[in-house]
Amino acid sequence: MSKQRKAVALISGGLDSMLAARVIQQQGIHVEGINFFTGFCVEGHTHAIRKQDRARPKRNNALWVAEQLGMRLHIVDSVDDYKQVLLNPRHGYGKNLNPCLDCKVFMVAKAHAWMVEHGFDFIITGEVVGQRPMSQRSATLPVVADESGVGDLLLRPLCARLLPPTRPEREGWVAREQLFAFNGRSRKPQIRLANALGIEEYAQPAGGCCFLTDASYATKLADLWQARGQRDYDLDDIMLLKVGRHLRPRPHFKLVIAREEGEVNFLLGYRRQFTHLTTRSHPGPLALLDGRVEETDLELAARIVARYSQGRDAERVSVEVVPREGAARTLEVRPLAADDIPAAWHV
Amino acid sequence: MSHHTLDARRLLCPLPVIRTQNRVAGLAPGDTLDVLCTDPGAANDIPAWCRINGHELLGIERREGELVIAVRVGPGDA
Repeated sequence: MSKQRKAVALISGGLDSMLAARVIQQQGIHVEGINFFTGFCVEGHTHAIRKQDRARPKRNNALWVAEQLGMRLHIVDSVDDYKQVLLNPRHGYGKNLNPCLDCKVFMVAKAHAWMVEHGFDFIITGEVVGQRPMSQRSATLPVVADESGVGDLLLRPLCARLLPPTRPEREGWVAREQLFAFNGRSRKPQIRLANALGIEEYAQPAGGCCFLTDASYATKLADLWQARGQRDYDLDDIMLLKVGRHLRPRPHFKLVIAREEGEVNFLLGYRRQFTHLTTRSHPGPLALLDGRVEETDLELAARIVARYSQGRDAERVSVEVVPREGAARTLEVRPLAADDIPAAWHV
Repeated sequence: MSHHTLDARRLLCPLPVIRTQNRVAGLAPGDTLDVLCTDPGAANDIPAWCRINGHELLGIERREGELVIAVRVGPGDA
């Protein structure tokens, strides 16, 4: 009796990795999923914050995919390890701060280590030749296999027939003729395959699955690094960049101003880590102040926060300022006019 | 068999699942774990994680903006 072969599938929660895993399951391979949490995943985090996202299913799509496919899923906290990928990408960035090729190498290398540790035989991904401008080109697919150290134990079922046979194919663990030759950015082949496999529901993330591909987010991250004088971050930093209106009126401080109730609740969780401001005389937002400030800065911050309150047209607005350490106090300020807030302050 | 509590409040998806997964890895089959969460998504994700990994969801209790998700650890190699 032949040995039951086992594959670990990189599962993002999107359609391609779901199809890749299903195709290999259908060949009798035991497949388990692995998913890496970098801190920049669009998946999940924003669901719980903004009202506009609450209509979306409150689910983690990688878990959902695993359940649909009847396989286990291992979610790996990679926030700390991922820092080196983002801060020093060997292959550089894409359009924004997205180190896609280095990221793929990182995840496949991690999956390879997991594979070895758990006695699995090979790795599968949902990559398609030509689908992504940086990480999924015919020139870069071999880079992922080589630099991750996985070599020919990396199988891409959706485009395998366009690539040299991997060891799972050569050894007959999987039948190459039952794999696919998808190529390019069209989604039609994947949708046809999903239909053929009876997969009717799948996640279609708008704008990708990583905040680092988002221009606005990348600008905020670059601003954070510049303001601190070093390229570094922790998990709280990168979470806060996803939330609120960010204004930097002076190089040495920034305000993160909640835009709605959900963001207020989220920012409240950080109020002991930052000086925070709230309007008292009128309904208004909560704002966190990131940086070191003088008295004049505090007044400016209060006037900005008042601008985003319902007292924006009032003569005076009471703004409570609660420092990270020390007693709270209230400033009576005149809200800034809209024209007094230059576009350059918006990060 | 023993009972444990995990504080995953203020954490957003998928961190409550990751913390649950890592905590359960150190528990014995039959042990129970109460996971305290504030992310409403955890009410879907932790049960899904239990189903696919062979653990039992004992219940979800809602208390003043918080969730208490009770899990019984399944067989080691489920």
